[in-house]
Amino acid sequence: MKAGGIYWQKLGKDIRRDYQLYLLLIPAVLLIAFFHYAPMWGIQIAFRDFKPSLGILDSKWVGLKHFRRFLKSPNMLQLVGNTLTLSVLGVLIAFPLKIFLALVLNELRNPGYKKVVQTVTYAPYFISYTILIAIVNIMFDQNIGVLTHLFQALGANANDCLTSSKAFPWMYVCSGMWQQTGYGAIIFMAALAGVDVSLHEAAMIDGASRLQRIWHINLPGILPTITIMFILTMGNLMSVGHEKALLMQNALNLEASELVSTYVYKIGLQKTQYSLSTAVSLINSAVNVVIMLTTNWIVKKMGQVSAI
Amino acid sequence: MSIVIKKKTAHIASRDDLLVDGAALFISLLAMIIVLYPLIFVISASVSEPMEVVRGNVRLFPKGFTLEGYQRILEYQPIWRGYRNSIFYTLSKVVISLFATLSAAYALSRKNLRGRGFITFYFMLTMFISAGLIPTYLQVQRYGMLNTVWPIILMGTVSMHNLVVVRTYYTSSIPYELSEAAFIDGCSDIKLFLKIILPLAKPVIAVIALNVAVAEWNAYFTPMIYLNDSKLYPLQVHLRNILIMGQTQDFMGSDPEELADMVRLQQLRESMKYGLIIVSTIPLLVVYPFLQRFFAKGVMMGSIKG
Repeated sequence: MKAGGIYWQKLGKDIRRDYQLYLLLIPAVLLIAFFHYAPMWGIQIAFRDFKPSLGILDSKWVGLKHFRRFLKSPNMLQLVGNTLTLSVLGVLIAFPLKIFLALVLNELRNPGYKKVVQTVTYAPYFISYTILIAIVNIMFDQNIGVLTHLFQALGANANDCLTSSKAFPWMYVCSGMWQQTGYGAIIFMAALAGVDVSLHEAAMIDGASRLQRIWHINLPGILPTITIMFILTMGNLMSVGHEKALLMQNALNLEASELVSTYVYKIGLQKTQYSLSTAVSLINSAVNVVIMLTTNWIVKKMGQVSAI
Repeated sequence: MSIVIKKKTAHIASRDDLLVDGAALFISLLAMIIVLYPLIFVISASVSEPMEVVRGNVRLFPKGFTLEGYQRILEYQPIWRGYRNSIFYTLSKVVISLFATLSAAYALSRKNLRGRGFITFYFMLTMFISAGLIPTYLQVQRYGMLNTVWPIILMGTVSMHNLVVVRTYYTSSIPYELSEAAFIDGCSDIKLFLKIILPLAKPVIAVIALNVAVAEWNAYFTPMIYLNDSKLYPLQVHLRNILIMGQTQDFMGSDPEELADMVRLQQLRESMKYGLIIVSTIPLLVVYPFLQRFFAKGVMMGSIKG
């Protein structure tokens, strides 16, 4: 009792002493409260048949009806499959390319030229999705698309890249590579700059060739960075955003371009099935949380290992 | 004997050197061509005779020369209104983000803050769970903020990621002795924050400001769902309607007025398409090389999480 009293006294004193710190926290706390936590009240509509005219609390409680409806629908597997296809393709192709570009840039001797290459390859990162997709549409246009003609010259049929389900994952991942490889390489460049020079000197004395040094010194040197980035990428496996996919969608490629996130948007805001949309996004968030917690846990474990 | 071996390895090393040099040069040139070609094509197409473009005669350099497309863009009011709106949204969002993030991160950097763990958790939880699209939309509706600028400039202004970046900068790059000395001289927290911490935090302020600015300048989705009035649209929403939606058949309205609008947009689109890409992208691409070091720094800062 007495100890408790002292505790509260001390707490009061600390708060009075540091009131200015709490003042500084207010804007951020309020912004988060209004736009992150307050909306969570509405998550319950996933368990109701929400009708805007009735309001949240007066809409009928239906339990897991919407969850069951989505999990049983044939759409579900397709949406999850499409989402996974994009992220797995990204991990398999786009991710190694970033490392590769960093290794190549690291071998350039002229610092001025190196800077130019970096600046140029980094630039598309600043282009918006709308412009990116507009450019993709121009490059793959049936009549004037330069890439369409190029692929045709190489003997491939590229007439319907923009409107085919088969091509969509490649279009999505490759346009992403065009936009993000230079940006993604930066972190590996920095890691390469930290590789011990004396290792290279020792290897040179031993007669190691440059390729051997890249393979046996540079690559292992940045392996911890690669591992962390890889795990972080895996953490986003199910959270492929809707912004870019929505811009690339059309009636003809929908079979491959409808993702969980675009589906949530469409049934929610376009077809106003508020409850179903909320249920789907709730399932997706739950899966995301599990994946993210797992990856965070792995990163932490690894951090301990590398610290030793 | 030993001299011979040395010579031999030196010879091999240099040939191998040249090979790697050549490969690196080739690959880097290829990378630049791949990145630059589409941009050069768009620039060329934007000043070429439209007929030459439609026939597919433009490959690298302009064919014919006309600024008609740019003329059309200059005359097309919605674009310039969108431009103004985008500048306004971007600036507002940067100011609000900085204000909320810098001050909160300062409080979180102070070890004597009671409830620091809980408050950190309060911010961190937003990384893992969010209400989702529809509940957020309905909440904004309840606030009466649909079709106003408020959700555009207030949502997403505070993120755990930015808080951690700034807080880490405060604690790792600004010596604590400085604060201690100020406290002994009777300086209050807010005064210390404004007079000592902020002037020393310029690099991290630049990083946050630039990242928020680029993200907002390029955002189309949030404005698209929260705004109905086209007078409030930022540039990116116009770009989407003209460049992307003009192409697909998805949004043929039944409303005759809307249909007439579509036909007009279609004609405008063809003539303005290329110039529009240039006009909306060039400002950023021109400014960015000079700010590049801040962006690169931002990537680094983001990666060293506390």
